[in-house]
Amino acid sequence: MTQPRVELLFWDGCPSHPKALADLRAAMADAGLDPDTVLVREVDTDERAGRERFVGSPTIRIDGEDIDPPPGDEPVGLTCRVYRLRDGRISPTPDPATVREALSNAMTRSIP
Amino acid sequence: MTSIAIGESAPSFELPDTEGATQALNGDGDTSAPATVVVFTCNHCPYALAWHDRLLAVARDYADEGVRMLLINSNDAERYPRDSFDAMRERVSAEGGWPAPYLRDEDQSVARAYGAKTTPDVFVVAPDGAIAYRGAPDADSGDPGLDAAWLRAALDDVLAGRPVDRAETKPVGCSIKWRQ
Repeated sequence: MTQPRVELLFWDGCPSHPKALADLRAAMADAGLDPDTVLVREVDTDERAGRERFVGSPTIRIDGEDIDPPPGDEPVGLTCRVYRLRDGRISPTPDPATVREALSNAMTRSIP
Repeated sequence: MTSIAIGESAPSFELPDTEGATQALNGDGDTSAPATVVVFTCNHCPYALAWHDRLLAVARDYADEGVRMLLINSNDAERYPRDSFDAMRERVSAEGGWPAPYLRDEDQSVARAYGAKTTPDVFVVAPDGAIAYRGAPDADSGDPGLDAAWLRAALDDVLAGRPVDRAETKPVGCSIKWRQ
């Protein structure tokens, strides 16, 4: 099995990334992945946000795919992302169940 | 930027709201309200959105006691079009109206005068015009059951004429989007 490439992109103007990173690392550990392999990258300029197709902080990608894909018309920029939890609540971080599911799907895909 | 301190006079302002009216706060003492809640908020921040219903519930629950709430959006709408005055009007209309006016601080002067840092950032103004509380509505944007407890406790203290027991908490949310 190939270890999936797990990235967390954040903007420092939004205080949600420490919780998102903790949730992500916990989910990786639960899935048997090394939590220290997550690539944490700061997006700090509008130009970089454009290059990275960054629609807000935090953004988690696994093998390049957003774990909670935004609408196609979502503007890029330095902002906080709005997530909707599975129980309907608005949240600044993704639902941990969504993170676990995305990791599981990536690991399933990586099995030859 | 320095924030206004507990006990200092709330900066006065006049701002337009989404209904076409002008809303004012007289920081020298607004005797028309036993307490005024000034909330810096916006349309696009997940923290502001998560706390929004709790804040509106406070506006409804304390209306009979004469408490006034003013919701202010100071974000730069050029870089964040979801916070434009038009988008504010559309949001209030789509939600069938709010129990508190939603004000536009286009030049960001009011946010600067208060030293607002985040959305939301909550200030309670006592009837003598002094800041009695500043901070978050409650301890966790993700827990609706907390019901804006810190704000409600501060209002209860002000309405009872007591010093506010927990006068300052750390505002939590997205940074105010200043013009560059």
